[in-house]
Amino acid sequence: MMWTALLLSRVQFAFTVSFHIIFPSFTIGLAAWLVVLEAFHLFTGKPVYRRLFEFWLRIFGVTFGLGVVSGIVLAFEFGMNWSRLSEVTGPIQGPLLVYESFTAFALEASFFGVLIFGRSRVPPLAYLFSTMMVALGTTFSAFWIMVNNSWMQAPVGYAIENGIFVPTDWKGIIFSPVVWVRFPHMLVAAYLTGAFCVAATGAWYRLRGTYAVEGRLMLRMGLFLATVLVPVQLFLGHLNGDYVHEKQPAKFAAIEGRWHDEQPAGEVLIAIPDEAKEENHFELKIPFLGSLIASMRFDSKEVGLTSFSKEDRPPVGIPFFAFRVMVGSGLLMMAVAWLGSFQLVVDRKKGERLLLWATFLSFPLPFIATLTGWFTAEVGRQPWSVYGALRTADAVTPTLTVPAVMISLTIFITVYLVIFSFGTLYVYRLLRAGPVESEHVRSENSKRPLAVAGSARFPETTQGGNWA
Amino acid sequence: MILFWAGMLAATTLLYVLLDGFDLGVGILFAFADEPNRRKMLGAISPVWDGNETWLVVTGTVLFGAFPAAYAALLSAFYLPLVLMLCALILRGVAFEFRYKSLGFRWFWDLGFAGGSFVATFIQGMTVGALVEGLPMKDGHYIGGTLGWFSPFAVLCGFGLVLGYSLLGASWLVGKCEGTIRERAYQLLPVLTVAVLAFLATAFVLAVTMHLNLMSRWFERPYLLIFPLIGAISSICLLKSTHWRNDMAPFRFSSLIFLAAFGTLACSFWPFMIPFALTVEQAASPPASLNFIFWGAGLFVMPLTLIYTLVVYRLFRGKVADVGYE
Repeated sequence: MMWTALLLSRVQFAFTVSFHIIFPSFTIGLAAWLVVLEAFHLFTGKPVYRRLFEFWLRIFGVTFGLGVVSGIVLAFEFGMNWSRLSEVTGPIQGPLLVYESFTAFALEASFFGVLIFGRSRVPPLAYLFSTMMVALGTTFSAFWIMVNNSWMQAPVGYAIENGIFVPTDWKGIIFSPVVWVRFPHMLVAAYLTGAFCVAATGAWYRLRGTYAVEGRLMLRMGLFLATVLVPVQLFLGHLNGDYVHEKQPAKFAAIEGRWHDEQPAGEVLIAIPDEAKEENHFELKIPFLGSLIASMRFDSKEVGLTSFSKEDRPPVGIPFFAFRVMVGSGLLMMAVAWLGSFQLVVDRKKGERLLLWATFLSFPLPFIATLTGWFTAEVGRQPWSVYGALRTADAVTPTLTVPAVMISLTIFITVYLVIFSFGTLYVYRLLRAGPVESEHVRSENSKRPLAVAGSARFPETTQGGNWA
Repeated sequence: MILFWAGMLAATTLLYVLLDGFDLGVGILFAFADEPNRRKMLGAISPVWDGNETWLVVTGTVLFGAFPAAYAALLSAFYLPLVLMLCALILRGVAFEFRYKSLGFRWFWDLGFAGGSFVATFIQGMTVGALVEGLPMKDGHYIGGTLGWFSPFAVLCGFGLVLGYSLLGASWLVGKCEGTIRERAYQLLPVLTVAVLAFLATAFVLAVTMHLNLMSRWFERPYLLIFPLIGAISSICLLKSTHWRNDMAPFRFSSLIFLAAFGTLACSFWPFMIPFALTVEQAASPPASLNFIFWGAGLFVMPLTLIYTLVVYRLFRGKVADVGYE
């Protein structure tokens, strides 16, 4: 393989964007969870919800900050590594990112300040409202990103004038059907991430025998939500498959590991695709199922990769395996959620520890599923940057040199690994300490120099206060 | 519409420079303080620094959305410096939080904080310097290679901005802190003011001699000299207010100096976005894009964001309390 500036740029973008997506997928779910906790506290008056709120707000602070700083990099990388892309599609992608940064800034940053500094300064309902606005801000942010990415997956509403993509139909771009299956899929992925992290934390406390009330509550709320959401997510995933089948047949064939046109088509469960020989090794295949999944019929003809010329095919291995890891993680999550919920509702003792361990260890699953889902979508889109309209090779900055991207990639990997390791360590410490009483929290927080002018007006400065 | 977004871009850039300027400046001065003072210095900027930095993102996306050709040319031209600047901003950003969570690595995060602030500032100054000097461009595309932006003048501007942001930072500290920090900042202010003025004058003369067509502009439109004049008057006021120990005044006057420098620069550039290679008009998005962002982001979100910024600064006005850290 040749290390070109193009390939290195792709690796760098993949690395920085993968690193970034971990945080929003966690914080979008966490923000919604904070809304639920605050609402429950307001309407039941039980202090346990308040303790949990303060606890998760601290974790939200650290992860939100990591998400923001890693997101800034992406806003610059479009121009730095993909200057041709940003130049020719800037009239469409640029405005979408303007809306992303503006709405995110206006909602998240402003109301996040209230969350951190405002508990004693605003009435309870206004505080709940601020929590909702932060959640809404993270959701909007995800929405604009999904509109942008969906346009790259299935471009609509544009005309090409002098080589520039000029928008002709903004409504068509924003309300594209592709957006409205992909955005919910991402949103539910984020909610599932939140649910499993909360449930896993609850299971951890139960296994350690600490924070009995909080642990039980987190376990119940997390698992019950996941029980409902995992099937919804599988259905949304199926709808996503439909759009890929219709709009990106080459990606679909790569995911399916289907080399030749088939009628009726079988479904390859597992295999090792061989791109050189254009065939699968160790294939396990179920007849007819491929047609059924793709077209809801037993006899449909499904297209294979060899129907596309070689320069129009995506790499096969990554979409093929990533997709299977994603679905596998989804099924595992369903098993944990359903068995765990069943156990919570019916049989209280038998197998309890086993399920607690399973729940505790399940927290990486939603992250893995989100990442592999994105690998499938993005690598499967290749060799196109804007599907069918602009090749990735034509999108890269023409003046970029191999040493320059080598250097930048090394710097990014080093810096990200350092802050990721420490970030994870600090979140782990917060989680291990648990939802301690607020006096305790405050004494620990007195280390923070947030005692601002008239500090009596801001008695509740908490850790994680300075992010937005 | 192009004019509106050009104005918007100028406004967000200026806001970024003034706001993140002072907290980057505090970050640079942070290197020279001891632990109790470091806590107070961080306390003086921690409620606002993240909002300040968001103006960089807003500026970046406005450039992308409204002037994609300039966005593509500038960001790809300054590839390596921008990578360094982004990583510097990341390290400095996480340091706010991590230095208090760290058990044995505080020195590391402090290094990241001060070093990151310095590097980010230096690179911002260097990019502006390289722009003034002129990038190797052809047909609106950058052709200078990996280090084509490098020049002694650009490096001079990098150090110049370090001085400039330090001046903003020291002025901010005078208004926010009491005790030794305030005293030391007051001692620094005259030195920094004179240094910044000397730098600005040198840079201005060098720039005008480098581009003769630039010089003719200043002769044709002498009223533009109002900007250097504002700068000169502000500097005198700044020195006076330092002398009289008027805590709130220095930040206002050093902001005015920045405003004057920014105005000088903007007027010298106009109508170019990248001097003598890409005009504002050439870089602009088609009307369909500019209108789309105008009706939502320009008309509603932007004013809202400005109001929010004002509210936050009002909320955190006054001195940082001296108690409650140990």
